[in-house]
Amino acid sequence: MNSEIRLLSGAMVMLALATSALVVLPYLEVHDAPPLPGLKPYGSAELRGRAVYIANGCVYCHSQQPRAKGFAPDFARGWGRATVAGDYAYDQPQLLGTMRTGPDLMNIGVRQPSEQWHLGHLYQPRAFVPGSIMPSYPFLFEAKAQADKGDVVVNLPALAAPAGRVVVARPEAVDLVRYLQSLDRSYPVLAAPATTP
Amino acid sequence: MRAALRCIKHACYLWGFGETNAMNTVAILLSAFVLSFVALLVFIASQRSGLFDRRSRAAEVIFAPGEIGRTEEPAAARAAQAGLQGAMDASEAAHAGHGAAADADELAERTRADASTAPLVFFFFCCAVAWLLVASAAGLTASIKLHEPDWLVQQAWLTFGRIRTLHLNAVAYGWAPMAGLGIALFVIPRLLKTPLLGARYAFVGAVLWNAALIAGLGSVAAGINDGLEWLEIPWQIGILFAVGGALIGLPLVFTLVNRRVEHLYVSVWYMGCALFWLPVLFVVAKLPGAHQGVQQAAMNWWFGHNVLGLFYTPLALASVYYFLPKVIGRPIESYNLSLLGFWGLAFFYGQVGGHHLIGGPVPEWMVTLSIVQSMMMIIPVAAFTVNQYQTLRGRLAALRWSPTLRFIGVGGLMYTASSVQGSFEALRSMNAVTHFTHYTVGHAHLGLYGFVSFVFFGAMYFVMPRITAREWPYPRLISAHFWLVAAGIALYFTSLTIGGWLQGEAMLDASRPFMDSVAVTLPYLKARSVGGGLMVLGHLVFAAHFIALALGMGPQRDQPALLRQWFGKKVAA
Repeated sequence: MNSEIRLLSGAMVMLALATSALVVLPYLEVHDAPPLPGLKPYGSAELRGRAVYIANGCVYCHSQQPRAKGFAPDFARGWGRATVAGDYAYDQPQLLGTMRTGPDLMNIGVRQPSEQWHLGHLYQPRAFVPGSIMPSYPFLFEAKAQADKGDVVVNLPALAAPAGRVVVARPEAVDLVRYLQSLDRSYPVLAAPATTP
Repeated sequence: MRAALRCIKHACYLWGFGETNAMNTVAILLSAFVLSFVALLVFIASQRSGLFDRRSRAAEVIFAPGEIGRTEEPAAARAAQAGLQGAMDASEAAHAGHGAAADADELAERTRADASTAPLVFFFFCCAVAWLLVASAAGLTASIKLHEPDWLVQQAWLTFGRIRTLHLNAVAYGWAPMAGLGIALFVIPRLLKTPLLGARYAFVGAVLWNAALIAGLGSVAAGINDGLEWLEIPWQIGILFAVGGALIGLPLVFTLVNRRVEHLYVSVWYMGCALFWLPVLFVVAKLPGAHQGVQQAAMNWWFGHNVLGLFYTPLALASVYYFLPKVIGRPIESYNLSLLGFWGLAFFYGQVGGHHLIGGPVPEWMVTLSIVQSMMMIIPVAAFTVNQYQTLRGRLAALRWSPTLRFIGVGGLMYTASSVQGSFEALRSMNAVTHFTHYTVGHAHLGLYGFVSFVFFGAMYFVMPRITAREWPYPRLISAHFWLVAAGIALYFTSLTIGGWLQGEAMLDASRPFMDSVAVTLPYLKARSVGGGLMVLGHLVFAAHFIALALGMGPQRDQPALLRQWFGKKVAA
C-alpha cells in the first residue's frame, strides 16, 4: 500500500459502517423510545440517590436488565420480567451493567421495599446476607453517642452495631435507598386492550 | 460498500415504518452481510501488490539493502546477541553472505530517526511505567477487596466500585496509550526513513494528556464520573484528552506527509489508522447529552470494544509486525496475509461490540450482527497467526536469546488465544453461561495484558537501549520480569476462567440459590489475587530496572547521564 489517503479513507469507511450499525441505527430505533405507561420519572431524592449509586460504582457488580425466561432463570429468581427499551426512558446515564457479582437490581424496590433493611445492609451486608462479598459502606453512616432530632437511626443486629453508639444514616445513604426503593419495572409491557362499553 | 449502504437504507426504511418481522430482519442482515463481505474482498484485492510474489518486496522495507539476515536485539547482552545471530545463521544456511554489505547510508539514517525521537519516547515511557505502577496497585487492591469485603472500607475513594474504576482508567488511558504511542513515535520515523518532525507538539500533547488523566482519576476517586464503563472520566476533562491526543498525533502526520519511502509498511497501517480511529470513537462517545437509555448502552459497547480493537490492538499488532521480523532479521512471510489481517480487523472488529448486550433489551438484529462479526474475526486473526508462524518457523531458537522476542512471541500467541476465545464467547450458547461473570474479566485480561501489555513490554525492552545508547544493566531482571508476569497472568486467567464458568453455571440453575454463585467463586478470587500479586511484583522489577537504566546505575556506570547526553548532542550538532 503506497497511498496514505487511500489507507485512511478505507479505514474511516470501515469505522463509519460500524458506527452506523451500533450507534446511528440504534439511535434511530430506540433513542426516543417512549416511557411505558407504568413507568414513573425519578423524584429529586431518587435522582440524588442514583448519583450516589454511580459515584460508588454499584454498576460494576449489579446489572439492571433481567433476561427473558428462555435465556436465563432471572424471572424465577424474582428479578422481574425481561426489560424493554421503554423501561429505561428516564435513565441518564444508563446503568444496564455487565456483571452479576451481586444480583440484578432492576426490581429491587419490589423485592425488598424496606428502608431499614437497605440501610442496615449497606452498613454491613454480612449482617443480613451471610456469605455476601459486597463491601460495607461505613462512610455513608455516622456512629454517634445518641441520635439527634431528625436523624434516621439504623436498627442493626447486636453483632454488627458498634458498642454503645447509635448508627445514623447520612443523607447520601437515605437518598441511595430512595433510589433502590424506586427500582420497579413490575408493570406490564403491553397496555391492557381498551374495552369499549 | 455501496451495496451495503443501500441495504442499510432499505433496513432503515423498514424500521421507520415499524414493519419489521423476523423474516425481513434475517433477510436484510444476511444480504447486508454477504454484500459487505464481498465488497471487503474486492477492496482487499485492489490493494494487494504481487499476489503470487511470495517474497514480497513490500515486507522487506524494514531492512536496509543488504541487511536481511542481520539480527537486531538491543535488549540482549552482547553474548546473547551473538548467540541470536549464530542461531539465525544456522537456520538460514541457504542464505549465506548476509549483513556485511548492509547499506551504511540507510543505517545512518535510521540512527538519525532514532535520535530524533529519543527524548520524546523516553518521556512517554516514563509516564507509562508510572501509570503501570498506579494501575497495578489499584488492581490488586480491588482484587483483594472481592474476597475481603471489610478491608479498607472507611474511605470512600477506596471502595471497590471506585478503586476498580481507577485501575481500569489508569490502564486504559495511562499505561496502554503511553506505552503504545511511545512505541509508535519510535517506530514510525524508522519505517518512513524520516526523522520525526514537530516532536515538541507531542511533548505538549503528552503533558496535557497526563494532566487530564490525573484530573480524571482524581474526579473518579472523589465520586464524580459520567457513569459509563470505559467512559467514566467526565466529558469536561475529556476535552483535554482530545486536545492532547490531537497534539500527539500531529508529528506523526507531519512525518507521514514528508516521508522518504514510497511504500507504507504494515505497521504504519495499523498505527496510522489507530491514531485516526481513536478520536472519532472518543468524540462520538463523549458528546454530552447525545446518548440515552438503551441506545446509550449500545454506544457504550461500541466504544468499549472498539477502544480495544481499533486502538490498543492495532498498536500492539503493529509492534509485532515490526519487532518480530527485525529481531530475527527475516521479513514477514506473506504480504497478502497481512493485508487480509488488517482490513479484516478494520471491518469486522468495529461491529462486534453488541455482543456485550446479548440477552439485553437492545434491538435483536444488532446483537445478531455483532455475534456474526465476532465469529468473522477468526479470519483476520488466522491471517495474522499464520503469517507470524511462517515467519518464525524453524527460527524458534531465537526465543532463547532475545528477551524482546520472548515477550512479543507470547503476546502474539495470546492475541490468537484471546481473539478465538472472544469469538466463541459471543455465541449465545456460551454467552448465556459466561456473561455477567468473572470469566469475562479473565478474557479481558488475556487480551489487554497477555497480548497488548506483553507486546509493549517486549517493544520497550528493544527501544530503551536504542534511545539511551545503553544496555539494560541486569539481564537477569528481564528474565525475572518475564517469568513473574507470565506465571501471574497464567494463574490469573486460569482461576477466573474456572471460577467464572462455575459462577455462570450456578446462576443458570434456578434450583440453586443466588448465593451459591458467590460462594463458588471465592477460592478462585483468592487465586486471582495471588496471580495479580505476581504480576505486580514483575512490574516492580521492571520499573526498578527501567530506573536503573535511566539513571545509569549498575554495570554501565561510565555512560553520561541521559539529559546531558541529549543536550550534548544538540550542542555538537
